[in-house]
Amino acid sequence: MEDLRLMKGNEAFAEAAIRAGCDGYFGYPITPQSEVMEYLMKERPENRTGMVVLQAESEVSSINMVYAGAGCGKRVMTSTSSPGYSLMQEGISYIAAAELPCIVLNVVRGGPGLGTIQPSQSDYFQATKGGGHGDYRLIVLAPSSVQEMSDFVSMGFDLAFKYRNPVLILADGVIGQTMEKVVLQPQRPRLTEEEIRKNTPWATVGKSIDREHNIVTSLDLQAASQEKHVLHLQEKYRQIEAAEARCEMIKCEDAEYVLVAYGSSARICQKAVDLLRAKGVKVGLLRPITLWPFPSKEVKELATRVKGFMSVEMSLGQMVEDVKLAVEGKVKVEFFGRCGGIVPAPEEVVHAVETKLL
Amino acid sequence: MSQNICTPENLVYKKTSLLTDKIMHYCPGCGHGTIHRALMEVVDEMGLQDKTVGIAPVGCSVLAYDYMNIDMQEAAHGRAPAVATAIKRLMPDKLVFTYQGDGDLAAIGTAETIHCCNRGENILMVFVNNAIYGMTGGQMAPTTLEGMKTATSPYGRDVNKVGWPLRITEMVAQLNGVWSASRHTVHTPAAVMKLKKALKKGIEDSMAGKGTCFVEVCSSCNSGWKMTPVEANKWMEEHVLEYFVPGDIKVDGKLVR
Amino acid sequence: MTEEIIIAGFGGQGVLSMGKILAYSGVMENKEVSWMPSYGPEMRGGTANVTVIISDERISSPVITKYDTAIILNQQSLDKFESAVQPGGTLIYDPNGITHKPTRKDINIYTIEANDAANKMGMNKVFNMIVLGGFLKIKPLVQPEFIHKGLEKSLPARHHNMIPENEKAIELGRTLIKQEQKAE
Repeated sequence: MEDLRLMKGNEAFAEAAIRAGCDGYFGYPITPQSEVMEYLMKERPENRTGMVVLQAESEVSSINMVYAGAGCGKRVMTSTSSPGYSLMQEGISYIAAAELPCIVLNVVRGGPGLGTIQPSQSDYFQATKGGGHGDYRLIVLAPSSVQEMSDFVSMGFDLAFKYRNPVLILADGVIGQTMEKVVLQPQRPRLTEEEIRKNTPWATVGKSIDREHNIVTSLDLQAASQEKHVLHLQEKYRQIEAAEARCEMIKCEDAEYVLVAYGSSARICQKAVDLLRAKGVKVGLLRPITLWPFPSKEVKELATRVKGFMSVEMSLGQMVEDVKLAVEGKVKVEFFGRCGGIVPAPEEVVHAVETKLL
Repeated sequence: MSQNICTPENLVYKKTSLLTDKIMHYCPGCGHGTIHRALMEVVDEMGLQDKTVGIAPVGCSVLAYDYMNIDMQEAAHGRAPAVATAIKRLMPDKLVFTYQGDGDLAAIGTAETIHCCNRGENILMVFVNNAIYGMTGGQMAPTTLEGMKTATSPYGRDVNKVGWPLRITEMVAQLNGVWSASRHTVHTPAAVMKLKKALKKGIEDSMAGKGTCFVEVCSSCNSGWKMTPVEANKWMEEHVLEYFVPGDIKVDGKLVR
Repeated sequence: MTEEIIIAGFGGQGVLSMGKILAYSGVMENKEVSWMPSYGPEMRGGTANVTVIISDERISSPVITKYDTAIILNQQSLDKFESAVQPGGTLIYDPNGITHKPTRKDINIYTIEANDAANKMGMNKVFNMIVLGGFLKIKPLVQPEFIHKGLEKSLPARHHNMIPENEKAIELGRTLIKQEQKAE
């Protein structure tokens, strides 16, 4: 029987972590995602699966705990919101450089600075273009429903381990705080030490006599070998781009205009599409599910048969750059966005389409 | 001739297999090599190689993982206690230790140090205090002595402007999570033997779940101090150990100083 | 059928839990639901509001600015949300503490003196259920048996002994709601 619940996105994410056989969660409270750790602490996952949950002294500490756990071949994660995510950047750069698998959830709030605690998408650049120092990429998943907040956890771990790369789940306050129906996934077992030694032979779990000692590091004092390592990372990123870009297309078959929006903006745009279609405007929605890799191929293909695009964001023109790169000037690309924690109403999107795009 | 006497029956000392054959980059006279050896000998003697995960810091000993023949992680600057925390929590049956210098442990990583000790993580923390930033070229450390000249205190440390040398071992000893805290040196053979005893007890106690075991080692940095190794050892005895007094600070959960 | 509802009042009036019980009841009746709160400092003593959508179809946006029904429990919320009710929509309010009554003519307006009733009958803890009862009388979105199941699901097991009192309050609310104005 399916396990149906009514849950907040943050809670669904936490429950999904336990069920994904996660070994450890390390976090620090920050609005609007504190429910993740609150839920985990209340659930006592140490009794359910043996999962470790620890409140660290800061985001800096929690991301380094994630680095450590990932270096041991464990399924580990943290969650935070924008200012906390900025604090984690050094650690994330190390994790990407050391090619460690993990999940980081950023429930974005309005920035810059301490900003607001209301929903926003203004961390798009930081999420998709690197964020910390150095040439690296994260696989970025953008859930647009509570169901996806749950589903993307085990999918995220699978991607992270497949590519030995951190996965960022980029949500926002709407998805984190809204309650919706969610069908929970069945319990996955946690990995045994034997499985870790076999599946992730690089993991630091104690040097056995049959192998050399394992070292988890991101340091290379020789420029030539560092360049080689960075080129190796790039090769991996090209593979991810070729294989993992995902999106959902809604009412695009006969569309003359296409909105591009992710996360809760995509939900708002779905309503806007319905309102516009009721007025006879043939508009569709392309919802990137992976923000990196960006579904450029699908956008490019649509550009051959539609009259224009509009990127709708809760930020001031970030994703629109990726849309423009994919469209390559073939048709017009407009932008509509709100910021600072303001969530646009579907009617505002309708108005923007009518005044800017049509 | 020298080849001929290298035979098993003449062997009185052998480098532990827990040190790799890689030639250490440490300056002649530096204490790190001796401390590495003491630590790895103890792990070897206790038969814990396959159960040990060590954490290297940022600083002169950043490449400790190249010399210690065990699984190791290289932590970001100051974060070794956070890294060790997670490893120990995820694998409670392992021996987990951190190896950090004074800048790493007592400046940039102070928050992690204090909170790790306060949680009483069951790990061994090895803290090497040479009163200076060696790797970056001899700048002032939190443990630089009053009046001591460094690249960033060229007229001597002015305590009215930059504060006093930090006795962080005495600080963390106050925390309930800390089971033991002591200060050592490695400038005489007897001192090395004492350190090995403390490391062994720290490993046993942390593995037994008693709490955080904290071992400080005062070491000379003759390059940074701009002295010969012999002068540096003498200067350490006369000045550093006057302020950072060796001996037990906390034993089996009780303050003794 | 899609019903888009805003419930708004002071923090501590049970606004969020009323929405949650309504949403859970919808789930029990196999409907699509979404529940989106305002959150942050305003939850602690200030105003609190929650958007609840119950539908037979997949819900597009959980964020909306026009509502079929507004359930209003203080003056600030009335000032903020009266204009957000769809023409022909419904506004339900508790007159307790209301000094400026709603003025729109194009909506249906109901009053429910839930605060008074709760005080008189010592039912302060289930004040919000009295209001919910009134709403369900006007908009029977969910059948009573599913409300019961919704209460079971949304209240922690240690509070299940409170379910009869909650249901009593819902029944009371059904009798208390009065129409003040019919939409022009």
